[in-house]
Amino acid sequence: MDIFLQQLVNGIVLGAIYALVALGYTMVYGILGLINFAHGEVVMIGAMVALAVIQVLVGSGVPLPGPLIAAVGLAAAIPVCMALGYAIERIAYRPLRQAPRLAALITAIGVSIVLQNAAMIVWGRQYHSFPALLPATPHHFAGATVNDLQLFIVALAALIMAGLLWLVHRTRLGRAMRATSQNPEVAGLMGVNVNTVISLTFVIGSALAAVAGIMVAAYYGVAHYFMGFMLGLKAFTAAVLGGIGNIAGAMLGGLLLGMIESFGAGYIGPLTGGFLGSHYQDVFAFLVLILVLVFRPSGLLGERVSDRT
Amino acid sequence: MASSDGLPFTVHRSLFTGYGKGDTVIYISDRWQRWRRDPRVVWTVYITLAALLVVLPFVTDWALGRSWVRIAAFALLYIMLALGLNIVVGYAGLLDLGYVAFFAVGAYCYALLASPHFGLHLPFWLLLPLGAVVTCIFGVLLGAPTLRLRGDYLAIVTLGFGEIIRIFLNNLDAPVNITNGPQGVNLIDPIRVGEFSLAQTHSFLGFTFPVVYNYYYLFLLLTLAVVFVSLRLEDSRIGRAWVAIREDEVAAAAMGINTRNVKLLAFAMGASFGGVAGGLFAGFQGLVSPESFTIIESIMILCMVVLGGMGHIPGVILGAVLLVVLPEALRYLGPLQQALFGRVLADPAELRLLVFGLALILVMLLRPSGLWPSTVRQRELAAGAAESGRA
Repeated sequence: MDIFLQQLVNGIVLGAIYALVALGYTMVYGILGLINFAHGEVVMIGAMVALAVIQVLVGSGVPLPGPLIAAVGLAAAIPVCMALGYAIERIAYRPLRQAPRLAALITAIGVSIVLQNAAMIVWGRQYHSFPALLPATPHHFAGATVNDLQLFIVALAALIMAGLLWLVHRTRLGRAMRATSQNPEVAGLMGVNVNTVISLTFVIGSALAAVAGIMVAAYYGVAHYFMGFMLGLKAFTAAVLGGIGNIAGAMLGGLLLGMIESFGAGYIGPLTGGFLGSHYQDVFAFLVLILVLVFRPSGLLGERVSDRT
Repeated sequence: MASSDGLPFTVHRSLFTGYGKGDTVIYISDRWQRWRRDPRVVWTVYITLAALLVVLPFVTDWALGRSWVRIAAFALLYIMLALGLNIVVGYAGLLDLGYVAFFAVGAYCYALLASPHFGLHLPFWLLLPLGAVVTCIFGVLLGAPTLRLRGDYLAIVTLGFGEIIRIFLNNLDAPVNITNGPQGVNLIDPIRVGEFSLAQTHSFLGFTFPVVYNYYYLFLLLTLAVVFVSLRLEDSRIGRAWVAIREDEVAAAAMGINTRNVKLLAFAMGASFGGVAGGLFAGFQGLVSPESFTIIESIMILCMVVLGGMGHIPGVILGAVLLVVLPEALRYLGPLQQALFGRVLADPAELRLLVFGLALILVMLLRPSGLWPSTVRQRELAAGAAESGRA
């Protein structure tokens, strides 16, 4: 019981981050039927851009409060990621909308590689440390420790997810997005500008990715050009777990995966008698993915899809 | 033989695009096809090719240096890998992003059984088939959960499997040291057939054969065997079953093809080629570590298959050769930039993967069937595009 609460807290924080990234995957898949492999790299670029801006501010010696610097970093990263998402959609995915799925998938992999290596060329291969901007005052309760950063991450993520749900279910744009994800052709007939909706989906997903990127960098204290790969894979697992194409599913899936990973990393040592250590943590996400896809491919909140190719 | 545009003949596009002959049969195309199929021509081409391949190490050594012979040997290894992945991706249409796992299993199998790590030194003729069998089993194990998955999900799950294998290879050094963790296994026995060790310079008929040449010839022999097996598989019942599954799985099942077994067979056969290549790699390098078997390798092998021409053996070979040779050639960009601009603007090693990614995107946008596709594949892709355009 001693580590249970702590792992729960860690799991929720991790889950909030996964949920934000998973939303990007699930929205794009819901509308285009395409796994946007490059999404993880957009997260990474958001983190690196924010870090670059923050380093400039911190290094310039201007006495600004930490949270303000973080906000400026955020404000810098979000437009960059939005533009990047838009560019990816226009250049790499739009010409291939009528092409077979394999071509789009391989192009997505290509975009992911290009972004990773562009980041490596620009920012180098080293791990960049993210300065501690928020006061990390820990709060103790019932044996677990929570610090301000974790609370902030969860609060911000919850706020953003609430905003997204409001957007999708209560606005015209959201209605257009839902219509396009159900049937793009008929949505076009009903007066929805399908191209604009698709572009906006990418843009919104990328904005979320930027926020998630900064959260990850702040939480782990480092940013690295390869950080998007594993994160993207796990977030995709979260999206599949919740039911891909389903926004509430992505949130639920993210939270669940965060907790599974947290508990798994915490308990795997004692459970296996020391045979497997916590560096097998990444394996959990993949195991979850495989189990979900084998036993319940539609995910937790997805509709039952028949076994058609 | 009238042509539709009023001229007495038309230059036939089939020469360049590989589409089937249209109504306008023309003189030039006719002559070309007859020449292409003349047995004397075919034999001359094959014999010339064989002669070129045999003297390749000598010519490369003389023209470009010993390191390029080593690159040629690696190119042969990658051709084997690409042909193995070609079975899974090209024939059966199963997008496998974790193929390097089989390469790793084959390499570690060889390494663990022929090195001081466990003190075992099994002979080569036993090790290579053993490695192929073990990798086959892994292929079935990894393929079994993916049988019901469609393209995108299959890709991610195989990606996950590739990563899982790498993580296990990296961490299985405690509490029982199986794979020696991140340090890898070194001091692997070089390949030795009976008393003839490949790791010594031999001379024969007045020619000296350094170590690299010996390995090159061994790899060449095995690559030719792999090409032969691929060719026979392509035209067999199994090969046609794979193509049927690739084109329409439901229809294939309706025609009585056991899709589960055929898919597992695709994974197993593809994996076994990877295992053989892995074993050869371990013997050649003398050292294996988990760092050689990352996701980037998987993606590179996939690039070779896709860029070259999925499902088309000459295309895949072309893709493999290009993607091995071009990065090495790009290394010369460094000094070139130095000479032209006085300093190196971008490190060629860093540019390598960036150029890969760009090449992938460009090829998929402009020529999705690959550089040297088969006519069947091109028609498939064209039909697919037209269908989804209409739908």
